[in-house]
This record gives sequence, structure tokens and C-alpha cells, in this order.
Amino acid sequence: MSCPPLLALDDLRVTLATPRGPVQALHGVSFEIDRGQTLGLIGESGCGKSLTALALMGLLPEGARVTGSLRLNGCELLGQPEADWCRLRGNRLAMVFQEPMTALNPLHPIGAQIAEPLRLHQGLGAHAARAQALRLLQRVQLPQAASRLDAYPHQLSGGQRQRVVIAIALACGPDLLIADEPTTALDVTIQREVLDLINELVAEDGMGLLLISHDLGVMAETVQRMLVMYAGTVVESGPTDALFARLAHPYTRGLFAARPRLGWRAEAPGDGQRGQRGRRGRRGHRLPTIPGRVPELAELPSGCGFADRCALAIDDCRRTAPPALEIAPGHAARCIRLVEAGGAA
Amino acid sequence: MSALLEVDQLVKQYTLPRQRLLGRPPLVAALQGVSFALQAGRSLGVVGESGSGKSTLARLVMALEPPSAGAVRFDGQDLQSLAPAALRRARADFQMVFQDPFGSLDPRQSVGRIVAEPLTARAGRPGSSSRAEQQARVGEMLDAVGLRAADASKYPHEFSGGQRQRIAIARALVTAPKLIVADEPVSALDVSVQAQVLNLMQDLQDSLGVTYLFISHDLAVVDRVCDEVLVLYQGRIVEQGSPETLFQAAAHPYTRTLMDAVPRAQPGVRRQPLVPVVPVDAPSGCAYAPRCPLRQAQCLVEPPRLRTLDRSSGQTHQAACHLAEQVQAGWTPA
Repeated sequence: MSCPPLLALDDLRVTLATPRGPVQALHGVSFEIDRGQTLGLIGESGCGKSLTALALMGLLPEGARVTGSLRLNGCELLGQPEADWCRLRGNRLAMVFQEPMTALNPLHPIGAQIAEPLRLHQGLGAHAARAQALRLLQRVQLPQAASRLDAYPHQLSGGQRQRVVIAIALACGPDLLIADEPTTALDVTIQREVLDLINELVAEDGMGLLLISHDLGVMAETVQRMLVMYAGTVVESGPTDALFARLAHPYTRGLFAARPRLGWRAEAPGDGQRGQRGRRGRRGHRLPTIPGRVPELAELPSGCGFADRCALAIDDCRRTAPPALEIAPGHAARCIRLVEAGGAA
Repeated sequence: MSALLEVDQLVKQYTLPRQRLLGRPPLVAALQGVSFALQAGRSLGVVGESGSGKSTLARLVMALEPPSAGAVRFDGQDLQSLAPAALRRARADFQMVFQDPFGSLDPRQSVGRIVAEPLTARAGRPGSSSRAEQQARVGEMLDAVGLRAADASKYPHEFSGGQRQRIAIARALVTAPKLIVADEPVSALDVSVQAQVLNLMQDLQDSLGVTYLFISHDLAVVDRVCDEVLVLYQGRIVEQGSPETLFQAAAHPYTRTLMDAVPRAQPGVRRQPLVPVVPVDAPSGCAYAPRCPLRQAQCLVEPPRLRTLDRSSGQTHQAACHLAEQVQAGWTPA
């Protein structure tokens, strides 16, 4: 038998305790990431992507119940004592958060914050940890790293802070890096630098990467495989190139169409000329929208979670949750109307 | 036709904390001589990275802060010359929509009160409306932004992000303003909701003829909704033109960089990694020269002026770059 994948999620279900009673937030999420592989998780707010990341880090909110299986290097993580989680977090599993200002402690110099996991997990002394922190800062290409070791977060720009957060995540050479919207708070030019850096480091170290984002463009350029989540369910999954070449699920299609694109005039022939455009020309090219809104977790319909917003929904869609249907090798979608959606072969 | 909004050589400097006990506190120039005119019923987009002066421009146009130099003229009137009471009356004509629909609505006020607030600010003055009239107007506005009049009695927490932004737009529209300054109105929203709000803003422009000053860091959003685009870099306009010309034939290397950095959702297309530019010190030259991959000796000593590019199409496309023609021709560093 071949060695187990780096990370394997199988039918992960999470139920959260809310003031209105327990609410199921993840409805059976399964995926695998191997060493050196990059996986993207995309979806709108409230679809469960950050919750999946928190479950992987063992950081679910108080009162949450988890079932299913979550294995790292073949070892089951669910149900292990908190002390074991503490040994993994920041060591084998590391996370880069969205907002670098709040992820860093404003009262400690950045050198000490990078050294913290090294001292905690690897037992390095103060000197050795500081030297290693400097190497990490150089690795994430922070300019003038040596003189910045004693700088405080407020003295750095947003992009530089995110580099520091990445340095902390990489400190112990993790097996799996989870990046939850790592560039959402950054300018586009800086976003590009940070994504290039993450990609480079993942390739060098051969770790697995789980990238969470709401931006289809970021996904297209960064990850090998992607999962589209909606209302706590993975509705479509596949290799990035195949998925973009054939958007199968109606939700994925809606998400893709609703995105404003630079150079859309070139894609809409006849509207490229100024003068004929004016009000009317623009009006002819409204952005396609997905009607309605993401349903409340507590009010999820019984069948397909997207049925109430889907133009193709039929009665069968509302009866039972649709199974994952394979469209091409490795490319699957949870929709029984794939042929009508134009996503089937 | 005179412009609805004229911004003339606008300069704004902020004083930084004193670094030494004696000596002047350092200044930072957020805007360094920005001029433009916006015609009624049109949309002007302002793009740039954080720190480029976009939000400072919004605050000055809204007369929330006085400029250090230069003037903002609204309907031909210099806003700084108005007496406080006159300015307050004039504010009915220009309103603002903020980025964060969670922070910009008071959680303890009902939606009806939030939307009516710009009207109640005028209560007791000539031309103010009665309570019943106000309520009718609020209902009308909620209807215009796609909410129900019955939603007036609810509170902000009962709404999703997109619906809250609709409430914020209804509040901005309630005084029937001529100009709406929208500072990143959709950047806190999900993609599908963002599309709904952008379509709504366009519909309202079509039906009410409102003018937008639309501030965003997202080039694709600006390309979608605006008739004209300004690119700001360190408080200066580096390029200006219609989105068609500007995004199809960008003439400033900064605009190019911004466009290249936008991730395109195209399968199988992987970008080339960025070629790092060795920063240089050019205190007297072009502000962008330290980051510019195309800089020449001239750029380090002579600041470029914003100049009109000679294009037969007859459109005003301006750029502040010595090498604008070469950049447009697609010149890349060897």
C-alpha cells in the first residue's frame, strides 16, 4: 500500500452551537492534499471555507461538534487531546491569516514573534532562534531584514506585515500551510508579490498548500486543484485548468459571470466603440447576477442548497441533496441538471 | 456646459507627529495638485493603491476637511467660501456612500431613521418636510434600491452585507443629491452581491441622473461603471482618460503595473514572475521613477507634466510620463 496522503478529510461535518440551537455548518467535506500540492477553496462569505480551515487547525468555536475523519500523515486528528493539537499547530500545521495587522501582536517586535514558535516547538535558545528568525525574514524577502528584527508591526507596511506573518507560519517548516484570504487586505500589486512568494516557498519546501479565497482570478493563477463551496458543501471540484475550461455547476458559472473583468469590451463585440456606448451601451451589458442571497445555515433547504437561487432548479433538486457526479477524471460537480446547465460533456 | 464638480489644483498636507522637540514637524502631502472636472450625470472613477490619496480626495470633495491649497467648486460655488449654515444646506446636494456597510450604519437606529437622517438634519428650516412626507420619501427610496418600504422598521443587523449597502445608498439618495461620492462601495461585498449593487448604481444613474465620484482600488469595477478614470499615484494624477482608451492603451507604466497585477481568471495562463526593480532616489524627478522598470536618466531629474496624448480619436487621454508614447506602443524593458 502506498503511503497515506499528507492530509485527508473524509466526510467532515461540523455542527455549531448557536443561540437558536445547533446548526450544521459543514455537510460532509472530503478532500486530500499531498506534499507539494496546492488546493484552492473558493466561495462567498458564509459558505464554510474559513470554518474548514479552523477545523483543520483544531480551532473551532466552543460547543462545535465534529464528525468524520481528519488525518494528517495517516494519523487521526479528530478527538485528540488539546495538548496534541498544541504540538501540531504552528509546527506541522501553519496558518496565514487575512488581516496581517490583527494577526501580529502590536506590543512585540517582529523578531520575537517569529522566534516564538521556534523556541516553543524546536526548543531553540534565544540566540539561535533570533538567528533563525533573521534567515526567515530574508527568505520572505523583507528588505533590510537585519535591521527590521526589532521593528514593531506598526512600522511596517501591509505587504511587509503579511511577509512577517508568512515567516512565522514557515518557521518550523510545516507540512501543511493554510492561507485564509492572505491577500484580501492588500493592494493588487502587493497581492501579486505575496502570491508569488507563497507559491515559490511551497515549491521549495514541498509542503502542501490550502489557499482560501473568494477571488477566482487568484485561484486560477495560484493553485493546481480547486474546490467550490456553497452552503457548507463542496459543489464542484477539479483541476483548476479543467474546471475553468468547463464550469459545470450553475453556482460556479454564476460566480464566474458576476465578476467584473478588465477588458470586457473586447469580449463583447460591437460595444467597444466610444460614442455608441453612452448610457444605453452600458445598459446592454449589465453584470449577470445570482438572484437572492446565500441562505442562512439554519434555514438551508432540504435538497440542493443552491436550488432557491438556481434558474434551472426542478422539484427533484429540492428533494434530496445531489450526489457528486464525475464530469471528467478528477472533475466532479454536485448537480443533477448538469446537461441543462451546459456543464456536462 | 459648466461642470457639476470642479476640482482645481487641490493640495492637502497632513502634519505628522513631531520627531524632535525643536524643529518643524514633518509634513506628508496626500494630494499634490489634483485638477479635474466632472459633468452632471456622468461617473468618474478614481483608482490607485492605498496611500495614493483616493480617500483624501473624497473627504475634500465632501468638504469634510479643508484643502491646504486649491479649490473644490460644486455647481460653480467654492465650498470653502460658504458659511457653515450655507454649507450644511448645500450638503443635501452631495452625499457619500462608505466602504463598510457594517460600520457606516448605526446599529441602534431603525432603517427608517437611518435613511431619514439627512432629511431630519434640515428639520425646522425653510423647505424641510413634515414627518409624514419624510416617511413617504424613505419608503420611496427603499423601493428604489430594491428593498421594501416595510423594512424601515427593521434594524441593520437583520440585513446582509449587500442589503446594508443598499440601505446606505438609499440614505445617500434621500435628499435627491446631484453628486454621490462612493468610497469603495463594493469592496466589502461578495462577488454575486457586488454585481447586484453595481447594477443598482447604474440603474439609479439612468433613472435619476445622479453623478458619481467612484473611488475604488479595483480596476475592473471602475472599468465597468465609469465614463472616465483617474489614476492617482502619491497624490498626483498620473493618467486620465476614458476606460476604453485607458485600459486598452495605457500610457503610464504605473497603470500598466496595476493592470498586469489584476489576476485574470483564465485557465492555463500562468504569469511571469515580477522583475524586481532596484529602487533609486529621485527627489527631483518623476515620483514613480523609483519603482519604474522603464525609467531613463531624464526621469530622475525632470518631473513629467500631465500632458494630452496626440490621438486621432479626439478623446482626452492624458498621462504624466516622458515615455508615454513608447509605453502605449507596448515597450517593455529589455
